[in-house]
Amino acid sequence: MSTSAPTTTKRSEPPEPIKAIPVRHPGRWVAMVAIAVLAAMFVNSVVSNPNWQWGFQLDNAFTPPVLKGVVTTLWLTAASMLIGVALGVALAIMRLSPNPVLSGAAWFYVWVFRGTPVLVQLVIWGNLNSLYRQVSLGVPFGPEWFVFETRDLIPPIAAALLGLGLNEAAYMSEIIRAGILSVDEGQSEASSALGMSRMQTLRRIVLPQAMRVVVPPTGNETISMLKTTSLVAYVPYVELFFQTSAIGSRTFQPFPMLVTASMWYLAMTSVLMVGQYYIERYYARGSVRNLPPTPIQKLRRRFGRGET
Amino acid sequence: MTTPTPPGPMVKAEQVHKWFGRFEVLKGINLEVAPREVMCIVGPSGSGKSTFLRCINHLERIHSGRLSVDGELVGYRERGDKLYEMRDSEVARQRLDIGMVFQRFNLFPHMTAMQNIVEAPLRAKGESKDVVRERAQKLLERVGLGDRGDSYPSQLSGGQQQRVAIARALCMEPKLMLFDEPTSALDPELVGEVLDVMRQLAEVGMTMIVVTHEMGFAREVGDSLVFMDDGVVVEEGSPRDVLSNPQHNRTKAFLSKVL
Repeated sequence: MSTSAPTTTKRSEPPEPIKAIPVRHPGRWVAMVAIAVLAAMFVNSVVSNPNWQWGFQLDNAFTPPVLKGVVTTLWLTAASMLIGVALGVALAIMRLSPNPVLSGAAWFYVWVFRGTPVLVQLVIWGNLNSLYRQVSLGVPFGPEWFVFETRDLIPPIAAALLGLGLNEAAYMSEIIRAGILSVDEGQSEASSALGMSRMQTLRRIVLPQAMRVVVPPTGNETISMLKTTSLVAYVPYVELFFQTSAIGSRTFQPFPMLVTASMWYLAMTSVLMVGQYYIERYYARGSVRNLPPTPIQKLRRRFGRGET
Repeated sequence: MTTPTPPGPMVKAEQVHKWFGRFEVLKGINLEVAPREVMCIVGPSGSGKSTFLRCINHLERIHSGRLSVDGELVGYRERGDKLYEMRDSEVARQRLDIGMVFQRFNLFPHMTAMQNIVEAPLRAKGESKDVVRERAQKLLERVGLGDRGDSYPSQLSGGQQQRVAIARALCMEPKLMLFDEPTSALDPELVGEVLDVMRQLAEVGMTMIVVTHEMGFAREVGDSLVFMDDGVVVEEGSPRDVLSNPQHNRTKAFLSKVL
């Protein structure tokens, strides 16, 4: 036997690390090569095929009508989501209410608005005047005091907002309901044991905790909404897709303008994804011990150590 | 609360019955808790002790009998010989005076310890922020967590969380404290710190009803001990008598398992 080291190892000497040959991953290399070849083929076609019309696209992508369309798409998304979330919260609370009339009404709303295509709903809102020429205010089945022309009451902009917002509310109410149900019952019990009212419990204790579950699918819905706004071209209401299509048909170059529109949508959804990351991070406070670093913090940590 | 200690009992239960569906959980409970008394309730799981505790602040509704706190019926108003169900807001007002501590703490995870404590005094009682914050800080110090006000519950140990939960209930300045197995979810070495806080509370004269499995605490701190089994009070008396000289076979059988 050789002289063995004493069993009590000295603190100053760290134990010898294991030296082993790492597992090889040949599959990864094969996949990498295959994907690299496919990517090279795609880039080559994008660059060499003149039908992409990059120059033409660049000339038109930032023209005033397109930029106006981008702005319309953005605020239409924001406004529709606002309607959807506000109404969705109300519907979710109604649905969970012990009052059978309220919960039944909320169920019916979701059934109708989730069960029909949003495109059909948009067209119906846009053409409501052919169903009801006039809308009047007064005593039900009695005298009428104010009479409005439906066409004036619901201009295309209102039809677009109603169609998108009311449809979204049906989806949002289910998302928010799931969020509320995900909060432990002990939370509302503790809150009511402290003498807080049902509304206070909901607003201060349950909804903030439901947000953790609600935010990711809501981000999903917002990104989906940004693209769904392209359907309001059928109301008809002028937004990004309407404008790029118009340029496409006017210049007999429809395809390049479709790519332009896609690029714009992709850019906008990318920005939304960044926003979603930070919102999720905010609502994670308290439920994780240390918040994960933001990408900017990660970059700083990697490169600019001196700065911190 | 400037009223002098009332002559009547703090809690009075007369023939309290409760059913979960067709299962009778409470089969006629009669109990009285005097002001400043510490009553410990023990018994096997499923005996109805936690349910009875939750009836006292109307988290559970009783189906028969009468249950009053400080002379006032819980959850109902009596006018003439008729009972009227209370509105949610009236029940909430009754609960302002009754603190409750849960087995699983039920701290609000999205709020710091301090925010947990000041939430209900600010929102439900409408007290001013400065007064409440000062009182909350004193309570945090009293439970030994004066420097942890900014910590979130997930950053605290179980024992620390339960002490914050006790401070949260105390900040409402209740006249009665209900403890529902406050140490059952804790690691053994953390039980002591919570019991110490409860012992202090008993010393300053808080009326307490404690559902517990801590026989040592019941013997040392409790003024009375109630043994419940199968929805009835089997035996009641001073902790020393019940623990060392149980009269009923069911009590003997239970104590032989836990002591």
